[in-house]
This record gives sequence, structure tokens and C-alpha cells, in this order.
Amino acid sequence: MYHIYCPHCAEYREEEEFHAAGQAHLPRPLDPDSCTDEEWGTYLFFRKNPRGIHHELWVHAAGCRKFFNMTRDTQTYEIKEVYKIGEKPSIVAES
Amino acid sequence: MTQKNRLQNGGRIDRSQSLTFSYNGKEYQGFKGDTLASAMLANGIDLVGRSFKYSRPRGIVAAGAEEPNAVLQLGATEATQVPNVRATQQELFNGLVSASTNGWPSVETDIMGMVGKLGGNLMPPGFYYKTFMFPQSLWENYETMIRKAAGLGRSPKKNDPDSYDHINHHCDVLIVGAGPAGLAAALTAARSGARVMIADEQNEFGGCLLSTKETLDGKPAAEWVASVVAELSAFENVILLPRSTVNGYHDHNFVTIHERCTDHLADIAPALQARQRMHKVRAKWVVLATGAHDRPLVYGNNDVPGCMVASAVSTYINRYGVVPGNELVLMTTNDYGYQAALDWHEAGRRVAAIVDTRTAANGSRAQAARAKGINIILGSAVIEVQGGKRVTGVSIAPISQDGNKVTGAIKALSADTVASTGGWSPVIHLSCHTGSRPIWNDEIVGFLPGKTLQKQLTAGGINGQYELAAALSEGFAAGQKALSELGLPAVELVLPKAKVAVQDAPMSLFHIPHIKPTSQAPKQFVDYQNDVTAAGIELACREGFESIEHVKRYTAMGFGTDQGKLGNINGMAVAAKILNKTIPETGTTIFRPNYTPITFGAVAGRHRGELFDPKRYSAMHQWHIKRGAKFEDVGQWKRPWYFPQGAESMQDALNRECLAVRNSVGILDASTLGKIDIQGKDAREFLGRVYTNAWAKLAVGKCRYGLMCGEDGMVFDDGVTACLGDQHFLMTTTTGGAARVLEWLEIYHQTEWPELEVYFNTVTDHWSTLTVTGPNSRKLLSELVDYDITNENFPYMDWKQITVAGVPARVFRISFTGELSFEINVQANYGMHVWEKLFEVGAKYSLTPYGTETMHILRAEKGFIIAGQDTDGSVHPHDLGMSWCVAAKKPFSFIGKRGMARQDCMREDRKQLVGLKTKDPKQVIPEGAQGVFDRTAQIPMPMVGHVTSSYWSENLGHSIAMGFVKGGLSKMGESVFYPLADGSVIEAEICSPIFLDPKGERQNV
Amino acid sequence: MSDNTTAQETVTPIKAAVMDQLPSAAIQGQSPLHHADLDSLAQQGPKTGGVHLREHKLLCHLTLRCNQGDEAQKAAVERVLGLALPLSPLTSVEKGDYSIRWLSPDEWLILAPGLEAFDIETKFRTEMPGHYSLVNSSGGSTVLELSGENAIDVLKRSVSVDLHASVFPIGKVVSTTFAKSTAILRRKGDHTFELIIRRSFADYIWLWLQDTSREFGLVIDA
Repeated sequence: MYHIYCPHCAEYREEEEFHAAGQAHLPRPLDPDSCTDEEWGTYLFFRKNPRGIHHELWVHAAGCRKFFNMTRDTQTYEIKEVYKIGEKPSIVAES
Repeated sequence: MTQKNRLQNGGRIDRSQSLTFSYNGKEYQGFKGDTLASAMLANGIDLVGRSFKYSRPRGIVAAGAEEPNAVLQLGATEATQVPNVRATQQELFNGLVSASTNGWPSVETDIMGMVGKLGGNLMPPGFYYKTFMFPQSLWENYETMIRKAAGLGRSPKKNDPDSYDHINHHCDVLIVGAGPAGLAAALTAARSGARVMIADEQNEFGGCLLSTKETLDGKPAAEWVASVVAELSAFENVILLPRSTVNGYHDHNFVTIHERCTDHLADIAPALQARQRMHKVRAKWVVLATGAHDRPLVYGNNDVPGCMVASAVSTYINRYGVVPGNELVLMTTNDYGYQAALDWHEAGRRVAAIVDTRTAANGSRAQAARAKGINIILGSAVIEVQGGKRVTGVSIAPISQDGNKVTGAIKALSADTVASTGGWSPVIHLSCHTGSRPIWNDEIVGFLPGKTLQKQLTAGGINGQYELAAALSEGFAAGQKALSELGLPAVELVLPKAKVAVQDAPMSLFHIPHIKPTSQAPKQFVDYQNDVTAAGIELACREGFESIEHVKRYTAMGFGTDQGKLGNINGMAVAAKILNKTIPETGTTIFRPNYTPITFGAVAGRHRGELFDPKRYSAMHQWHIKRGAKFEDVGQWKRPWYFPQGAESMQDALNRECLAVRNSVGILDASTLGKIDIQGKDAREFLGRVYTNAWAKLAVGKCRYGLMCGEDGMVFDDGVTACLGDQHFLMTTTTGGAARVLEWLEIYHQTEWPELEVYFNTVTDHWSTLTVTGPNSRKLLSELVDYDITNENFPYMDWKQITVAGVPARVFRISFTGELSFEINVQANYGMHVWEKLFEVGAKYSLTPYGTETMHILRAEKGFIIAGQDTDGSVHPHDLGMSWCVAAKKPFSFIGKRGMARQDCMREDRKQLVGLKTKDPKQVIPEGAQGVFDRTAQIPMPMVGHVTSSYWSENLGHSIAMGFVKGGLSKMGESVFYPLADGSVIEAEICSPIFLDPKGERQNV
Repeated sequence: MSDNTTAQETVTPIKAAVMDQLPSAAIQGQSPLHHADLDSLAQQGPKTGGVHLREHKLLCHLTLRCNQGDEAQKAAVERVLGLALPLSPLTSVEKGDYSIRWLSPDEWLILAPGLEAFDIETKFRTEMPGHYSLVNSSGGSTVLELSGENAIDVLKRSVSVDLHASVFPIGKVVSTTFAKSTAILRRKGDHTFELIIRRSFADYIWLWLQDTSREFGLVIDA
């Protein structure tokens, strides 16, 4: 059970109030019609599954209903930071 | 029967309160303050069960959570049966009924006959694994026999009469364990004003201090405990939880605690009280002050009743006034072990010998024993014990100082009790729950908590600090550390003075050698509950299982209800020895929640029966109940399924309801449909992006059906959206899709198109939706409205704000039945009023309420899909024959457009939704049936698609169905066959799914 | 705040449908807990207990969504309701029968007397500039007031948020899970809390509250 800081409600809440909505920072192609099948397939189906730092989209479903981003360590379950949509993570995996 | 092992004085029991309990049908007496185990020992009960594999007699070994054998069935009635209760943790109450969970037909009788043979030959390590390698039928035979004979408790067959509770907490510091370290930590944190919780599994606080003769400031330690508990209780911000086992330590300092509120009072909880409570705690800091368990040694026949861990002997004497035997042999590798012999001696019974595996012992406790004239045999070990249902004697021999060999002659001693200790094992279980790996420490001969990311502190025995003074000061330090981390002020605390004992180093020894090789020596048990022996572990290692994780799974070591609390480290040591590795090289031991077993009742809490899951009701629900509706679950909603009259069968009711709608008028409670209010100047643009069809030109006052797809082009929801104002729309969704669709709109708005000016709000619960449908619906409604609702004035696919039965309403002329229909939406507070008024005037039209099943049939007659029934996430609008609902020319590449244009989506042989008319009009194809083109094809037959909707249509006089068929849209008139499980085959003709009124004239009148 | 908040130009009004949804007073509305007949329970039930429950039924519930950075919009809200929009997360404001709860950075819940919904909506539509939405949700929820010495014990069994006065002071409002449903919870006093619950879940929550308060004694207040 995670304890998650909602950047909009500005306090910690229990995980049961949230939904994970998959990998963050996957912008919809601006012109889908010009994508090849492969490009579209990559956008639709291919996701990272890192061991360690990962950026995810979450929504405070039972609270303010706002989506936000989370940087999370998939190995230790440590939440490194949360940040609003449109913002960039300050913690990223070492390449 | 008298309590032959009860001392005249001493202990924390109340001899003035005698309690009667029964064990295996026989009545005994104990005292208030007893555990079931201490009362059993007081009465001289040696046998508590028979072992799982070998059916060997077993007795009580320990005095706490680590007990592997005294795992009993409790309960005075069928409904109150609780399996696998540790007698060492169950407080005695008057009228307690207990029985051994294993041993059939009784623990005293060895009916298994084959005992040794069955166990010895048929159940070596890897028994389960090896058995499964052979035909499974064999396993069934074994299982029946093993379960009956060995057993591990049983569940009640009747409903539990008790209630269970869950409660949430938040605190600054949670202290686990109310021994000296925990109490010192709690007092420190509490004095600073922190919000403190302290939980302990025992019935009273004090931990090891309850079972010791140690003093603090020269007074009995219990006096200090009482003063601390009194001070803690007075703080408003402190919660004390005795009888509460901290069972799980989860991520981000989330801790679950299992409190047994009334288990100590009676078989059934007193009125209005929860029997057990699960505390869910989010703690800023957790202090683990969980202490240590005494680790028994592994020696021949060490499971004969009378063999116990050394500290348990002290606990029974000091805390319960029970000496569990007459003649003790103590075997120890360390100084602490001597305490058991000292306590035994002081209780006035004979200590036959202290057998110390070390060659010298000069610590304070050893000196005390010597001073009392107790026989101390150094450099030796008990290599085996004699006896069947009780120890009768022991064999003692000198051993080598590497612990591997017997080096001299065997000496026999008579004894009825053997206490052993290989040293303390810190209770690191909780520290492991969050994934932290414990670290072996040679100095304390045990595992210590490893690194953790949790805000966790440890104090006392868990750190290998076993002396009282050290435990107290560690507890104080942990409290101060928590305070400083929390930014709270430090406090003063004068710790009570404890005597300091001089200690000799312990010997690192786990498995006592025998003159015979392990495989031929008397059984040396490592894990009592799962009957894992040292020989078994050696065999596993020889068979190639070198990883301790594999050894554990192969031998089932640590897989019992005790999770190997006593056995795991010994097992690792045995494996390490045979693999010629050190313990840390062999691996580590990991414990997972729960620390001790927990009842299902406590897990469920209040979420059972009526409260198991929310039931959602519409505003007309009470009417449906009165009318005798049968209900169907749609998500969490309870929707009327059909309304039987009298003894009518379901099919008869459906036929009647269907005919009523087509011939006169019916009414459906459609309130459960998801409804989303959409406002903003870009609302229209947004609709165009999330629906497949066009929305740019929908005029105010009009409604339109829309299909919603994922980016993959597959349909996931549908519904009608009305244009309420130029920048204001009301979207409807499927009942089950409401929440998902709203989140879908929000995620696109919040993450992709935040520049669009639009807001979404759910109004599902705000509106009651009453669908009046059928040729007489206009006549009926005309009587209740303030408006001309003729077709000219109120045409199909329009909506009007009018008054229905005096209530302002938005009425939509949309139809899911294909009949003339009016969907009346009124504020839900007035839904019942309008519903009842409709019935008042509807009687003359035989207004018929219908449920979801009739709705399904009527829409299927019209070929209307139900998203989720006729779609499954793998079909796009063209597959559904709904290309008319895709506006490919819209300027914005709407969600789903690119997806459905993928190569695979353009294949001509995709499965497409078609109508199916059976050759025999009476036959109804089962939904889910798979179709084939060639009924004579070889098995496995190539399958061409399944039936999604199938009903008997009373209106048409024949069955109707829809289903997917490969390339079906271009196979009209061809046959498809449905071979069924019973061998029969149904033939159907591929047709249009619109079985009734293909031109749509009925809905448009 | 700017001292020059008068609208500079006429903004194109949002073309939204506003509707007086109430019938004449002769037709009595049914709150989501109508079937529980709380009035009879209030008369016949126990008069003492650790938990008191009162339904504030058939009130006006309006959901407002707008831009918290838009001074003109904030001024309009104040003109219509006589209350300033609470901008800090999880706060609420209250004056007489009117109150506003922060639900999210662009969403507020307004409560007002039951008969005033249409009036307030109409005023908003005249006064409020720019992009916003206002939705009448009066039929979709009801308000429960939970009070008494053990009200907090019932809530600790129902919600996972921290209710300690140091972190949940009077006036704080949270949207959260409530048992297996959801609720908007606000503290009104040391021992008084307000729950706003959805209509379709009302019966579940009513059953839940009866179950959790049984050991403390439940008193229904009229």
C-alpha cells in the first residue's frame, strides 16, 4: 500500500484513492494519419518495463480526479517525486 | 484431575479464579491468567497432536507465537470453530473447548498403523513434488489418507456469529513490542507529545519482563512495567494495543495489526463487540522492538513430548507457576540457557544436569548454577532422548568443538524434560516484510535486520541486545531518534537500573552430532510442524538442491502455519554444513506477512454479507422490490432483470413483457445509464475527437448516437448524446462504462488537449431515466405532459424540456427497442413520483414494467449492439457493420481512426457481426457457441466466430441471434454451423441482424 | 487581488441549458434515503448514544468548474453567493445557508437551500464571464451529518484519511473513499462531520453507518 502525495490536494493519501494509468510522457502523435503502422503500433503497444526508475501517470480517482506524474523505483517501491502534467521529472534513471 | 505441575505460589495467574476448559472431550481446570498451553501443562497434558507426516506424538515446545505443535481447534459450537490456534497464545476462559487438530481418531491412539512405514518410506522430502510426477490419481489417494490422519484443523460449516472490525490509524511513532525496549521507546516518544501507538501480541505489556525474575531499580521488573503503562495510558495521543499482533509491515510504513478483542472472554463475543479488529496504521516512524525467540537445538528424537526450548521452561515457571516436568536436563550453547535450570531448581524440582556444549562456562549464570550445586557437564551434548509419549531419559556424549563429531562415551541420564537452546534468534520477521534482507552476525549467532528504505528503527533483542540494560537504553535511543527525525523536542528519561550479567561467548552450534550418520540416527527434527528432519535436508542437498530457497520448497521447511520460526535457521545450518558453506553463503531467510495466521473474519472485517460490496440502487428501486422484480447485477447496480407475475417462469415473463412493448406500452428504469454533463465552447470539438462520427452540426434540441473507440480502433462504449445548448451536451454511456468513460474524457483533456475549453461532470445519479416505449407510449405520455408531443412537434431524435406529471423533465425521443419511445429524465428526487404517476394513468394501456432481459431481446430484434456483449475489445465499427457511424473525413484524426486503419483491421476475412437465423426456428443457439463453415471438418474444426447474443423472440415466433462470422458481411444467406458439447449441431443462416422493422418505421411514428 | 475587477467587455455567454428542475411544492421529493424513513427512526429510536446522524436532505448542490486564476470569475462567484471561492486545497467556506467546498484546483461544490438552485444558476449565467461549467447535481447526492463523541470512531472505520484535529481542522474537506464507496467529508466541529454521498450508494452507506455505529449507539436526529 503506497502512500502517495497528491500534488493537487497537497497531502498524502492512501493508494486506494488512486489509479495507475500506465507509462507517463507518451504524447499522442500530432498527425496520427501520417504514422506508419509500425509507428502507430509502437505508440499503442510498446511500453518500458524498467527495473528501477520509472515515470508513470496516476490519477487521484477518489479525490480531486486530477492526473499527475510519478517517478517511482520499481524495485524498491520508493516514490521519488510527483509532478504535474506538463512538468518534467527532476529525477531520471542514469543512462 | 488436579493440576499436578502447578506451583503453590508465583506467576501472573489468579489462583482465586478457577476456569474450566476441555481438551479432546475431557474437562480440566486452569486459572485466570493462564494460556491454554500453560493450563494444559499444569494438568500434565503431554500430547497435543500427532505430526503431519510421521504421525509422531508431539507436545508443547514453546510458550509464544513460535509454537509449532500446540496448534489446536477451538470452538464450542459448529459455527464458532477456529482452526489452528496456538495454545501458547490463546488465553484461557471458562468453558473453552479445544481439540487437537491432527491425530485421527485420537492423539493417544496410533491408528495410522503404518506410521513409521508410511512416513518413512512413502514420504521422503520432495514427497509432494515426486508424487505429482506420477499419475495424479495416486495423489488423490494419498491426500485423503494424509488429510484425515494428519489434518491441520478444519473450517466451520456454519456462519460465524461474530463480527469483525477494521480501523484506520495515523501516528508519528508505532512501536512494535511492549517489552523493555518497546516501552522505553514509547515513553520517550509519548513524553514529547508525539502521536504514539504501541502494540504487543500478549495480553499484557511487558514482553520478556513478564516471565523473568529480573529486577529494575531493585524491584520486580513488573512494577516498572506497570508504572510505564500507567503513564502511557494517561496521554491523549497514545494508543495502547495489547492482544494485538503486528502481522504485516508494508510499503511506506503501512502496518497491519490483528487485535484479538474478545477471544480471551468467551466462545462468542459479548453483544455489540467485535471479536477481532484489524488496525491499518500509517506510521511516520516504526520502532521494531520485537525481541528474540529462543532457538532449540537439533538432536535425536528431539520431538518427543518433554523436549522444549529453554526459555519456554522459564516462562511457564515464572509467569504461569507451572513446572512442565519433574526432572530436567538442560542443553545449552550459551549463558542465557542456564536461566531455565536456575528457575527449575528454584521451583523445587530436580535438575539432572546442565549439558553445556562449550568446554568452559564462567559467566554469572553458570556460576550461579554451580553455586546451587547443579551438575554441569561441559563439552557435551544430548545426542538423543528416549521415550515415546514422554521423555524418559537422555544420552549424553562429549562432542568436538567444531560440533561435528561425538568424541567419547555415551552416558545415560534419566529425565522427563529436555530443555535446549542454541541461542536467541532475533525476531526480524517484520523487517523482512518490505523486502529487506537480514544479515548474519557471527557474534550473536543469528540474523539481524538488514538495510531498509522504510522509516524503521530497531531496538533491543531484535538487534541482538539481550541484556536488560542494553534493551532499555536502545529503546530510549530509538525513541529519541524518532523524535529528532520528526522534528519534535528531545525528552529526559531516567532509565531504571538493571543488573548486568557477565557473559561468556556462545558457541555456534545448531545440529548436534550423533554416533551414527545423520541419515541413520534417530530422527532429528528441524521443522516440527512439517516433519522436516536434518536427514531430509541432507538428502535434499545430496539430490542437488543447493539453493536454500529450493531446499525449503523441496522439503517444505518453513511452510507450516508457524512459518519456520523455530526451524528455519537450524535448517539453513544443516544445509550449510552438508554443502560445506557458511550460513551467509548458504543464503538468508525471508519472512512474509502475516507474522502469525489471521482469521478470515479479520481479513474481511465488515465487508461481508450485505456489506460485502456496495449495491447501487435507482430512485425507483423500492417500487421494483414491491413489484417482485428479479434483479440482475450490472456492475454494482441492482437492475430489474424481469418482473414475473405469480408463478410465471422467466421465459413466460419475458414473452409477456416483449409482447406488451411491441403491442401497447412498456416502461424500463434506465437510470443506471452513465450520464456526463459537458460544457464549454470546445465541447463540440471534443465530442468529435472522442466519438467516431460527426458532431460539428448537431443542432440544439437534437440527439445523436455515438460510438467510442480506443486508439486501437476498437469499440469500447456507445450511447446517445444530446445537444442541450450550443456549448452544452449531455452524454450517456453504458451502465458499466460510466466511470471509465468519464476518466477517458478527463485523461485526454488533462494530458493531451488541455487547451480545449471544456468541463465534464457526472450527473448519473442526479437524473432518473424512465423509458416509456411502445405504440401506446405517446397516448400514455400525452395525459401527463404540458406539451404537444405529436411527431410533427416532437420528432424522433429530438429532445424537449417539458413537464411530466408536474415535474420538469428533459424528454428524449430516442429508442433502443425500435418502438416509439420517450426517455423521461427528471431530477432523481422526483423519479418515483413520475414513475408512479405513469402507472396510475398507464393502467388502461396495460403499462408493463420490463427489465434488462426484455430490453436485451427487444434491441436484438432490432440488431442494436450492446457494447461489452456484442463487442469484446477486438472489433471496430466496420466489423460491426456500423461504417455509417464513422466519419472518416472529419478534420481531426479522432480517437480510433488511425487504429482501425491498420493493415490487420482492413482484412476482408475479419470476423464481422451478422444476424443468425436458425434453420429450426425453435432452436436457440447458446451464447458463446463457436461457428464452423464445414460441419464435417476434422477436429479441431476451424472456428469462424462466436454467437454474442441469442434469444427466443416471442414477437417474431422464432429464435434470433447475432454473432461474429469470418467475412460474414459478404456471406448473407450462407449457412454456418454450431456444433455443441452434446454432439448436436445447430445450423443457422447468415442474415441481417435487423430482424424486425428494417426500415425503422415503428420508432419514427 | 486587483481592485479593478469590473468586466471590461461583454463576454459571449456560454450557451448552456439552465432548467428549473423543481415541481410545485405539492409534489414532495424523495431523498436518496427516503426508504430508510429517518423521520420515524428519529421519533421512535433511541435518544442517547455515541453517534448522531442527521440527513440534510433535498438541498441545492451545484458543481462549479472554473479557473481559479481568473479574477473576474472569482469576483462573480462572490457577487452571486456572497462568499469567496476557497482557493487553498481542501478548504471550505460557509456563511449562513451557503457554503463552498474545494474539490480540485478547478472544481468546487456549492451547497445552498434546496429551492434556490434555479435562481443561483440563473444568476451565475448572467454574472459569470469566461469558460466555466455549472451543473445542478441536487438529485445525485445527499448530505449526512455525523456527530457525537464516537462519530470519529465510526469515521476511522470508514475512511483512510487522518482525522486528527491537528491535520483535519474544522472546515477541512476531502474527497475520499468511504468503505467501498466514496464521500466528500468535511469537519464542521470538534465532533461534527458532514458527509456528502452519492444517491445510488446511499443505501450502502446507511447500512454501513448502522453497522459501524452499533457498538456506540446510533441516534437519528430529525
